[in-house]
Amino acid sequence: MSTIAHKTKRGVARTMWEYLTTVDHKKIAILYLIAGGFFFLVGGVEAMIIRIQLAVPNNDFVSAGLYNEILTMHGTTMIFLAAMPLLFAFMNAVMPLQIGARDVAFPFINALGFWLFFFGGLFLNLSWFLGGAPDAGWTSYASLSLASEGHGIDFYVLGLQISGFGTLMGGINFLVTIINMRAPGMTYMRMPLFTWTTFIASALILFAFPPLTVALFMMMFDRMFGSGFFDVAMGGNTVIWEHFFWIFGHPEVYILILPAFGIFSEIIPTFSRKRLFGYSSMVFATVLIGFLGFMVWAHHMFTTGLGPVANAIFAVATMAIAVPTGIKIFNWILTIWGGSVKFTVPMLYAISFIPSFVMGGVTGVMQAAAPADYQFHDSYFIVAHFHYVIVGGVVLALLGGLHFYWPIMFGTMLNEKLGKVSFAFFFTGFHLTFFIQHFLGLMGMPRRVWTFFPGQGLETGNLVSSIGAGFMAVGVIVLLINILITMVRNVQVGRDPWKDGRTLEWSIPLPVPFYNFKQLPLVRGLDAFWVEKMKGKAGMTPAEPVGDIHMPNNAFTPFLMSLGLFIAAFGTMYQADDKEWAIPVLIIGLAITFGAMLYRSVKDDLGYHIHKEELLDETDKEENR
Amino acid sequence: MATEQKFTSQTWPANPEQATLEGKNKFLGFWFFLGGETVLFASLFATYLALKDSVPSTDHALAKDLFTLPLVFLMTMLLLTSSLTSVFAMYHMKNYNFKKMQQWLFITVVLGLAFLGCEIYEFMHYYKEFGHTFTSSAFGSAFYTLVGFHGGHVIFGLGWMIALMVRNAKRGLNLYNAPKFYLASLYWHFIDVVWVFIFTVVYLIGIAG
Repeated sequence: MSTIAHKTKRGVARTMWEYLTTVDHKKIAILYLIAGGFFFLVGGVEAMIIRIQLAVPNNDFVSAGLYNEILTMHGTTMIFLAAMPLLFAFMNAVMPLQIGARDVAFPFINALGFWLFFFGGLFLNLSWFLGGAPDAGWTSYASLSLASEGHGIDFYVLGLQISGFGTLMGGINFLVTIINMRAPGMTYMRMPLFTWTTFIASALILFAFPPLTVALFMMMFDRMFGSGFFDVAMGGNTVIWEHFFWIFGHPEVYILILPAFGIFSEIIPTFSRKRLFGYSSMVFATVLIGFLGFMVWAHHMFTTGLGPVANAIFAVATMAIAVPTGIKIFNWILTIWGGSVKFTVPMLYAISFIPSFVMGGVTGVMQAAAPADYQFHDSYFIVAHFHYVIVGGVVLALLGGLHFYWPIMFGTMLNEKLGKVSFAFFFTGFHLTFFIQHFLGLMGMPRRVWTFFPGQGLETGNLVSSIGAGFMAVGVIVLLINILITMVRNVQVGRDPWKDGRTLEWSIPLPVPFYNFKQLPLVRGLDAFWVEKMKGKAGMTPAEPVGDIHMPNNAFTPFLMSLGLFIAAFGTMYQADDKEWAIPVLIIGLAITFGAMLYRSVKDDLGYHIHKEELLDETDKEENR
Repeated sequence: MATEQKFTSQTWPANPEQATLEGKNKFLGFWFFLGGETVLFASLFATYLALKDSVPSTDHALAKDLFTLPLVFLMTMLLLTSSLTSVFAMYHMKNYNFKKMQQWLFITVVLGLAFLGCEIYEFMHYYKEFGHTFTSSAFGSAFYTLVGFHGGHVIFGLGWMIALMVRNAKRGLNLYNAPKFYLASLYWHFIDVVWVFIFTVVYLIGIAG
């Protein structure tokens, strides 16, 4: 029953086991950060190979077929295995603390979500070693992917299916957490913006992932079980994949960008030392973007031939999204306006995000005009556009958020000087790489090409772009050095290390106790901690006396459930080759998963209590320190 | 601890499935899950409608050749009735009458199994009489995927209810397992609602042409 013993010394094996079985949102956040960070580096290396190949004309650094695999895996890895998990890391680490909760609503499912994502990502990347990676682009249009030989596309389909289940569970978990687990006084309109954006992004996950699930099932059936959904010879229709992919895919980009907006909406008021301008309009804009996000998928399909009426409707709906996004941009600018600004590393990322993202937004509106899009479609102009919104929006948020929330996750601070060096390299490199790609696209360079000819005016632009990619890589390497130095030095910081924390997550001691809040805080306004500080108090007013705290038990079952699907995926894939062992492997894998589910269902898991006395002992120790 | 506490029919709370925080969370989370499932089935319905009667050559059977009302009517009645009996089970759950709840759940399971038997017969019939299979045409793929996903949900729901009945047979109701029973019945209703749509969109529209 004793839990404080957890904090005493332990071996490597014990730590490993702890992380394999953990259901604590803070540890799951670290798992997401490590796994997402790893895949971010993998995707980054793939990006570097792409830029090396395109640095000079007629290059053959990689072969054409391998190039297709690398560009497919770059996109797929960055979206599904890097950006989303890294955002999930911050959501897990910060959101429960922001609403004053002791954990998420479903700690067990939280762990399950992580392991599903992890095994899905692992499965996808094993394709490199088992006969070749997927090579039909991250969109994997059916007419192309059905013709792809080998198992590359099968790895894509099964890997994304498994990791998609994990994401869906994460989304449901966050929705319920935010609705049911808020501390006393934390009304909806007092929730920090990062919590709000997590909430809306989770709702988008809930409604956007099932269409992807269905599309992936159909692709799996077509490729591995002989069905004919996309096979025109059997009466199928290849456009069905396009629709489902983008009904998922467009909300997906808002699933990425909304939490990024949330992170910036936390960083900017903190370092402007001023409350967020237009809080309620920010909330309204977030909800509106989430809603409109489902209305615009066909703008990816203007050239598919849906007809002028459909194109016109989707064009107008797409342009409409610029309105709530514009509201947000002005609110951030007006928050900084007149503030007492501190240029910390997170703030540098936040300030540089505003113009970068606006540039991506403007090219987005250009493409929303359907006739113009016929010119832009599948050119480097598109590549430039979505890298401006994803790198200039999401990645800058991830990097800014990493520096900002590092103390909450690890109890230490990243070095500010090295942070500024890494920011300078990354930001310069980013604009150097992608700004010129607009012009390459307008000059006619198509997207996804393996190489290009000399004498067509594309040499300089591509070389500049590749040099920029090198700058970004240096920025990331400096960041890694920074992380390493910080971890070796291990200088623990106390509560509220930025000194200007406004919301609940900064009100608790660092490192965060495993039960988060000894007493649930009483929230008395927007920016709850700031409200207390302005009243001259050091901490939050408790909403309850010290009492027993109920905690969930650790569990190995989530790992097993995910492992079962991982094994089953191999069986599914190789039964199409008529391998004898494939069907048994499929059955064993599913048996592990469903057996673990049955075990979970019949075995009571009541959790345990931390007793009041132990908590009071802790208080004494803290005071003596 | 509240979840292990023994109750009598007097002390049993009015909404036992939501009496604990865990129960509240499960209740809400499961509704969200069903929201996602709705989108999943909506996608399958859309695919079916897009590929209905879409066959490679004229010798393939179409919807109007395949479907007949009597069997589908029987299946609909079986499933609708099983939804009603699961309501009775939840009525007794709320009144802390464990034995009657188990009885009604048992009837629900039997009706579900009967439905499943009819569905297997139906699929065999299409295969033997018409050569209509999962791999014969895009229409076949879409039909078996939509109806088969529903059938898979029925199997999962039956397994879930049986597991709950067996697991709790000896210990009766408490606030830890009440939400579990409630959610299983909610899932069963969802399956029923999906079937109503399948009955309309696949079979009625199929027969009408």
